[in-house]
Amino acid sequence: MSETTARKRAHRPPALLIALGLIGLSVFVIPLVGLLARVPWGNLPELASSPVVIDALRLSVVTSLTATAISAVLGVPLAWVLARTNFPGRSILRALITLPLVLPPVVGGAALLFALGRRGLIGEPLHAATGLVLPFSTWGVVIATTFVAMPFLVITVEGALRNLDPRFEGAASTLGADRWTVMRRITLPLIAPSLLAGLVLTWARAFGEFGATITFAGNLQGRTQTLPLAVFVALESNRDVAVAISLIMVAVSLAVLIALRDRWWRAL
Amino acid sequence: MTHQPSDQGLDASFTIRRSSEFTLDLSIAIPRGRTVALLGPNGAGKSTAVAALAGLIPVNGGQIVLDGRALDDSEKGRFVPPEERRVGVVFQDYVLFPHLTVAENVAFGPRSRGMGREPALARAALWMKKLALDDLAGRKPGQLSGGQAQRVALARALAIEPDLLLLDEPLSALDVATRARLRRVLADHLTQFPGPRLLITHDPSEAFLLADVIHVIEEGRVTQVGSADDIRLRPRTPYSADLAGSNLLSGMARDGMVQIGASRLQIADHGLEGPVLVTIHPRTISLHRGRPEGSARNTWETSVTLVELLGDRARLQVEDPLALTVEVTREAVRDLELTNGAPVWVSIKATEIGVESDYPATDPIS
Repeated sequence: MSETTARKRAHRPPALLIALGLIGLSVFVIPLVGLLARVPWGNLPELASSPVVIDALRLSVVTSLTATAISAVLGVPLAWVLARTNFPGRSILRALITLPLVLPPVVGGAALLFALGRRGLIGEPLHAATGLVLPFSTWGVVIATTFVAMPFLVITVEGALRNLDPRFEGAASTLGADRWTVMRRITLPLIAPSLLAGLVLTWARAFGEFGATITFAGNLQGRTQTLPLAVFVALESNRDVAVAISLIMVAVSLAVLIALRDRWWRAL
Repeated sequence: MTHQPSDQGLDASFTIRRSSEFTLDLSIAIPRGRTVALLGPNGAGKSTAVAALAGLIPVNGGQIVLDGRALDDSEKGRFVPPEERRVGVVFQDYVLFPHLTVAENVAFGPRSRGMGREPALARAALWMKKLALDDLAGRKPGQLSGGQAQRVALARALAIEPDLLLLDEPLSALDVATRARLRRVLADHLTQFPGPRLLITHDPSEAFLLADVIHVIEEGRVTQVGSADDIRLRPRTPYSADLAGSNLLSGMARDGMVQIGASRLQIADHGLEGPVLVTIHPRTISLHRGRPEGSARNTWETSVTLVELLGDRARLQVEDPLALTVEVTREAVRDLELTNGAPVWVSIKATEIGVESDYPATDPIS
């Protein structure tokens, strides 16, 4: 074997890795191809503009964005506390926050029902005091998706805060910045790429949420039936509608991921 | 701004327990207009001192007083947070904010202290002009050279018009050639700052050239305080001696003699008794091919263990019975045929041997 052949071989990945990698790739590609093959391209505009689809799309956009906003407002402070303070039981608290990532969403929905349902631990006094009923309402959808999606934000932002050189914040405070100014002008801008990545992950998870939503909020068109729920129902009644909604979800998700890909890779 | 500090400068005496094994114990006073250097090896506690003076960590004992105002007092439970102190810090590696431009970095302090955006930028422009940074106003820190970044860090610290200036290894991020040039520039800027200045460094030449008084710090405590000449000519610890290139030995003095290990040296001072520190400058030791004639009483035969040429001079080591560094001319090396293992006679005049009592370090300022 000549030296150049050996040199070339050294730069090429092993054939086995390539083969396994390709099989791995097909796991992602084949379902997409299957979906695209079933798309009724001819009457797609008609299917996509049916009231069921429009209602579900509107609801999905509103609830996923609301859940993302709530996650940002509550999740960033939570991440800060986890990253910057030291108290007994912190690792247990972190495990608790990560739980929704591994818990079957249906179980999460059931837990929400027991806590916030009309007969629930908090739901009952809440209903008695304010008349508010969270399950089977649009707010129920928001709460269920926030429960499932917020951990993505907390984990990403906490990691970024941990990796941030604390001397930047120290330098800012010696220059006269109080804690709020340090947070606003130094900390948040410096973790912005990770914050954005966390927001995208959170939104994507909220947009696709199914199990916790259907368990806690039910499946009412125009009120709690989001796109994933609409797909589930349509699979039983009208397969073409199911395919059309699926295509919308793939398109929206892919568009967001591609639009943010540069920041995404940098932060993760 | 009509801030009128009193003329007292910095007066700090504090301890900080960083771990069960490491405690920083520092006592330092700096009048206005003077520069004190904290000189020590890595891990000596220098950066901890900066953090305490800046208010980034509280002291465990003692107090920090600046211009008569207690910034930190462990007994009275008083602690002024960093943003309410007026301490300008040039951090090690500068710690410029990477997402802000040079102008925004310099304006950050005035802005955080209540100035509007425009006046703060105007103030920043003033300092950038003083430090010849005008052309770099729109750049991000990532686009600056080491020397430029250092000036930005200095401008940022000075723009808050501090009562105390701290410089933590201000030259160590630079390459050797730039360092020598910027040391002079830095010296000029330091003399223009009216308040007390504290320079943290591990580089003796930086301390010798920039500071009026040097505190040598080792393992959390000050081992020597003095002028550059004090440290250079009368180093008190092996570390100081290494810095100055001197021979530092410890021994017992009695009747005009010092016992160092198995060796005895004659000294000029007949009154000294007890433990002493002995310094012998490498240039005051002479070498001979044969037994020397003359007045030198301290003379013995040994062999050369190392020869190191430094320009027109050479540093040699002899080891037995006394390990010493000797500095001679290059001609002497040639004439005496001084090579590794060469036999040689060493002689030292009693009057060239520095001897002082080994009492604990004291602070000449306070």
